[in-house]
Amino acid sequence: MLPWPERHRITVNLAPAALRKEGSGFDLPIALALLAGSHQLPPARLLQHACVGELSLDGRVRPVAGTIAVAEGARRAGLTLLLCAAESAPEAALAGIDVVPVRHLAEAVAYLRGEEDIAFASPPGSDELEEPFLPDLAEVRGQERGRRALELAAAGEHNMLLAGPPGTGKTMLGRRLPGILPPLTREEALEVTRIHSVAGTLPMGRPIILTPPFRAPHHGASAAAIVGGGAVPRPGEASLAHRGVLLLDELPEFPRPVLESLRQPLEDGVVSVARVGGHALFPARFRLVATMNLCPCGGRGDPAADCGCSPQRISAYREKVSRALLDRFDLVVAMPRPRAEELAAPPGEASATVRARVVAARERLRDGDVLQRTEAASELLDRAVDRVPLSGRGRARVARVARTIAALAGADAVLPEHLAEALSYRSPVGVPVA
Amino acid sequence: MNIRRLRRAAVPYPPLLRAIPDPPAVLWLRGEAPPELLERASVAIVGARACSSYGRSVARTLGRELAAAGLVVVSGMARGVDSEAHRGALEAGGITVAVLGCGIDRDYPAAHRDLASRIVERGLIVSEYEAGVEPAPWRFPARNRIIAGLCTATVVVEARERSGALITADFALEDGREVMVVPGEITSSVSAGSNALLRLGATPVTAAADVLEAYGIERVVDLPEPPGGLAGRLFERLAESPASIDELARSSGTAPGDVAAALIELELTGRISEGDGVYRATISR
Repeated sequence: MLPWPERHRITVNLAPAALRKEGSGFDLPIALALLAGSHQLPPARLLQHACVGELSLDGRVRPVAGTIAVAEGARRAGLTLLLCAAESAPEAALAGIDVVPVRHLAEAVAYLRGEEDIAFASPPGSDELEEPFLPDLAEVRGQERGRRALELAAAGEHNMLLAGPPGTGKTMLGRRLPGILPPLTREEALEVTRIHSVAGTLPMGRPIILTPPFRAPHHGASAAAIVGGGAVPRPGEASLAHRGVLLLDELPEFPRPVLESLRQPLEDGVVSVARVGGHALFPARFRLVATMNLCPCGGRGDPAADCGCSPQRISAYREKVSRALLDRFDLVVAMPRPRAEELAAPPGEASATVRARVVAARERLRDGDVLQRTEAASELLDRAVDRVPLSGRGRARVARVARTIAALAGADAVLPEHLAEALSYRSPVGVPVA
Repeated sequence: MNIRRLRRAAVPYPPLLRAIPDPPAVLWLRGEAPPELLERASVAIVGARACSSYGRSVARTLGRELAAAGLVVVSGMARGVDSEAHRGALEAGGITVAVLGCGIDRDYPAAHRDLASRIVERGLIVSEYEAGVEPAPWRFPARNRIIAGLCTATVVVEARERSGALITADFALEDGREVMVVPGEITSSVSAGSNALLRLGATPVTAAADVLEAYGIERVVDLPEPPGGLAGRLFERLAESPASIDELARSSGTAPGDVAAALIELELTGRISEGDGVYRATISR
């Protein structure tokens, strides 16, 4: 039985006042402060602890979003102990702080009074974590070129645009990119987990995210939903896809302002959301995979469909994606409709096989100056620039992709054949149809 | 913008154009080249705006090979076949002339502004309309009589029934000029008009050499050696029918990356072209 303090007025001071606060996570700390203020708890002992948690009406402590971020903040503030809901305890323990899991206010009180001992929560070991289900590349039949481009995207961290008529497996391929990415490092996993904790999108029973996240917002989503925003800024899809994959299906259907708002994260890997109450920086380093049709009706590129789109309409459709955004895609792949025999092709390589090659190539790419361009390759690039329209940025993109191809091939240098293949991924779409 | 006016009575007014039933009283010229350029042996290449990728690549190849052989390539700078013909000529380092259906200062369509600026580097843009005249549908047929009038022969690459390219062909026939037609698929509506011309007795074009023959020009461009190895095999396969990289990879038993690399070499030497992921041969050998 914890009596209400016999005071006429109770003032709760959430200092500093300039900092905007929201959320139910203050329930537990306010309740504990009240008890300490009325000498029902030893205040000195409470002051050693950071506290976060929501209280239900029956006194149970409920988890709140962003507990890992709170735990890290507490550690940085010099505290060594955190009281929080038992459900969020494993997640919080990742922050390198001693976490006291509590289920009920009474339990917290008993602990603080020294009447009860509670074992610190341990961070989840990777072996006890359930591998999330990721769709496998083996399910994609045919589409060798698309698969090849996907492997390059994974190895070289390139953004990729898949263009083709509906039903050719563009989205299916895009969804399989996370499965061939190398697993997250511990630091990356913490970073990703923190973002999802703040956003409240941490999956139940999985306190830490170990695999590259995958996000596929619908084209009806607002700019705030994609890059983050709100009165109290929240991370958007771009940040939730941090260290993972952001899939934008039907790219030209996204409103232009939404697409343009993606240019900052694509460039800098962060999103800054400016608000009256200050501004928030969210990490947003993701691989962008986008799909589009070749014309507004979708029939173009499909021998069986009779596309009646006029050149003007096709141009208008493709011009919805600005040059500037298009320039961010290192890999542009046209995917014509496969013929029936292709669908009868045997299953392709499994994701695990491809991922092994990706990991090896990443390793090679990290050795900065090993992969130099041979003279012959440079000569081919110059010749190509004369012949095909290629912007300055386009030239750099081709060179980058060529390096990835060389790394995947296990070569010591970028050879002409690597550059030649890289040239085939330059952008054929988006330019006005002549 | 260097814009000049050329009256019908002036000496450099192109004689072929003066010979048509209603030559424009005034011809506006844009570009650095002298008006005498319009007296050189010229060929018109015209066709559908919404052409197929086959039409696109044929127009490009003809523009390139005819310009390389020394002919001035004349067209209307429209989307599709017209602009591909201009681009082909520019690729060959040849001379090309665009005839506009709007004021001489306009780049119409606006998407072809870059193309226009490349045309006037060595060639000319021509119009019978003074600066500021808006494009209008009824001005385009009138423009087509100038295209046909400037040239000894008009080559039609893909034309629908009752299309602008057919109007150009009609003008050419009325002026007593040669009309040549690239055969198209008999099932494709974009070739219905051009194939009808063939039925009426127009000369079929199966290679640039067919056009050059009408001008009495021996083929001057020698094709580079046919490629060997994988590129050669892929080219032979594409000479049969267009294909995607996946189809080529499967039929040649080669990884798609290697196929893509080999195709670039063929593309850079002008043997094949790509559109929306489908590759096709642009020359027959």
